[in-house]
Amino acid sequence: MSDAVVDRSRRTWIAMSCGAGAIGGVAVAVPFVASMEPSERAKAAGAPVTADISALQPGTKMTVAWRGKPVWIVRRTAAELAELPKIDGELADPKSLRTNFSTTPPYARNDWRSIKPEILVVVGICSHLGCSPSDKFTPGAQPSLPNDWPGGFLCPCHGSTFDMAGRVFKNKPAPDNLEVPPYKILSDTVVMIGDDSKA
Amino acid sequence: MAEFKQAPVGASRGTQFMTWVDNRFPATKLFKEHMSEYYAPKNFNIWYVFGSLSLLVLVIQIVTGIFLVMHYKPDAALAFGSVEYIMRDVPWGWLIRYMHSTGASAFFVVVYLHMFRGLLYGSYRKPRELVWIFGCAIFLCLMAEGFFGYLLPWGQMSYWGAQVIVNLFAAIPFVGPDLALLIRGDYVVGDATLNRFFSFHVIAVPLVLLGLVVAHIIALHEVGSNNPDGVEIKATKDANGVPLDGIAFHPYYTVHDILAVSVFLVVFSAIIFFAPEMGGYFLEYNNFIPADPLKTPLHIAPVWYFTPFYSMLRATTDTMVDVLCVITGLAALLAVLKGSGKVKVGAVIGAVVLIVLMKTFDAKFWGVVLMGGAVIILFFLPWLDHSPVKSIRYRPGWHSALYAIFVVFFLILGYLGIQPPSPIGTLVAQTGTVFYFAFFLLMPWWSRMGHFKPVPQRVVFQAH
Repeated sequence: MSDAVVDRSRRTWIAMSCGAGAIGGVAVAVPFVASMEPSERAKAAGAPVTADISALQPGTKMTVAWRGKPVWIVRRTAAELAELPKIDGELADPKSLRTNFSTTPPYARNDWRSIKPEILVVVGICSHLGCSPSDKFTPGAQPSLPNDWPGGFLCPCHGSTFDMAGRVFKNKPAPDNLEVPPYKILSDTVVMIGDDSKA
Repeated sequence: MAEFKQAPVGASRGTQFMTWVDNRFPATKLFKEHMSEYYAPKNFNIWYVFGSLSLLVLVIQIVTGIFLVMHYKPDAALAFGSVEYIMRDVPWGWLIRYMHSTGASAFFVVVYLHMFRGLLYGSYRKPRELVWIFGCAIFLCLMAEGFFGYLLPWGQMSYWGAQVIVNLFAAIPFVGPDLALLIRGDYVVGDATLNRFFSFHVIAVPLVLLGLVVAHIIALHEVGSNNPDGVEIKATKDANGVPLDGIAFHPYYTVHDILAVSVFLVVFSAIIFFAPEMGGYFLEYNNFIPADPLKTPLHIAPVWYFTPFYSMLRATTDTMVDVLCVITGLAALLAVLKGSGKVKVGAVIGAVVLIVLMKTFDAKFWGVVLMGGAVIILFFLPWLDHSPVKSIRYRPGWHSALYAIFVVFFLILGYLGIQPPSPIGTLVAQTGTVFYFAFFLLMPWWSRMGHFKPVPQRVVFQAH
């Protein structure tokens, strides 16, 4: 240690230079972090897709890719539709009012969660950790499902179950119903996913 | 600055050369400090080989990794094919790839054993706290390496494993979804994700890892190695200042470690040549199917070295959160009954805040917190252990039993993490999770209790 008197003004300048350097360092980090955000190309890939549902039989499902995610289109049978309002008591959010995972569009906030009752359109990604649930349409007792199983979907990763409208059952790891993407019915045979504008 | 030395007259060419070098770079000095005049306790046992072995595996991973990158393509359309190309068409590519994939599992085997050695003999206690902390940071880096590397083959398990783990970050309140987006670089795991994971796996994390390994060794050589007796050998030195119970690392422990290396390489080669997939534990069967973003495999599980922590994540259900709330409440009650004024108020406020938070956010988020906390808690071990002796040899017998239960629970958690979820499995995993955290969080109390044996002045050692 030197006994020399501290030159306060120099100390101030050193502190200010360090401060300015730190601000510069943080500013330089901005473009690097921003470069990790989805690119313009990734954003543009969110264009709507159309699906031809003319060959979709009642009680079956087809999958189309939209924004890299599986979107399911299910043509439900009359029996499956009739079952939906009966199980409201077993569901976590039967009326699709929650908004924490995704907000159900107003046109799907009904008993069957769709525009046309028989055509279900949902994103096939579990709201828990992003696995894609598998089809368990056949009602009744079967492995990893309850004995009074009404038909629906089972997530293989952590055992969440969803009904035929993609609504999650109570006390499951998944916090919310399956997401309903923006979509519109163009005709009896064509569905457009990713766009729900009226025009 | 060191004095400029002159080689003695008539010195050999080798001596002349080393004198020339030493005047410009402290080669001999470094060799002496870290090898020939680094004195390690003479009573090391078999547990002390795993440090050297992890260094060996690190070298294997870096060398094989360099050669794999020569053929691998980090592109969602080409990655799976390029790994199959390495396996089938690249000369000896299969060997290099199996060395790398088996090396990953071997790394975790030796590192887990190395960490357990530290736990047994109190190697993290003063003055070795930083050795331990650097080590825990290395463990974190290794987990990151394992995770990022597992996406690269772009198989079904790679894809859905990454999908699940990245979505864990989305469970963090407020910033989660944006953070997950920043990690993926796209709305789903895709080409952008693969490219950045490749960058992390081959350059970013290894650079940090190497720096930490150097820091770990420098810190170790500053304070000196611990030993199975937990006796400080530096306390008893001879006239030259050399610890009486110390022997030079080179040649004594280098030769000693060559034996361990030979045994390790026998086992390592046997696995590479006869069971490279290890029955689906080192390379999972679902990963031989190309990634399909539209279809999740029926059963997904992480690789074995992550499963103890993954089990804790899965064990955190709503019921588990309720149990944790009750435990927090009981802990606060105990603090009120036993503690003094300030402690009482602090404990009650802390417990109330914690319980409110636990009930506010999803169980999913607390699962992530528990999983992360299980690793982070290791960093605090030097300050959790209040035992008057370092080594398990001089601790009460029931401490050993507690360590044994800890190991058994850790193995059970690992086993359950591989299995599909089941009600009984979840219950066992929940018990294991509570035990794991109780083991560490209650350590300040239990590690002081019991009858401790007297610690000798010098290490216990019988020459063979």
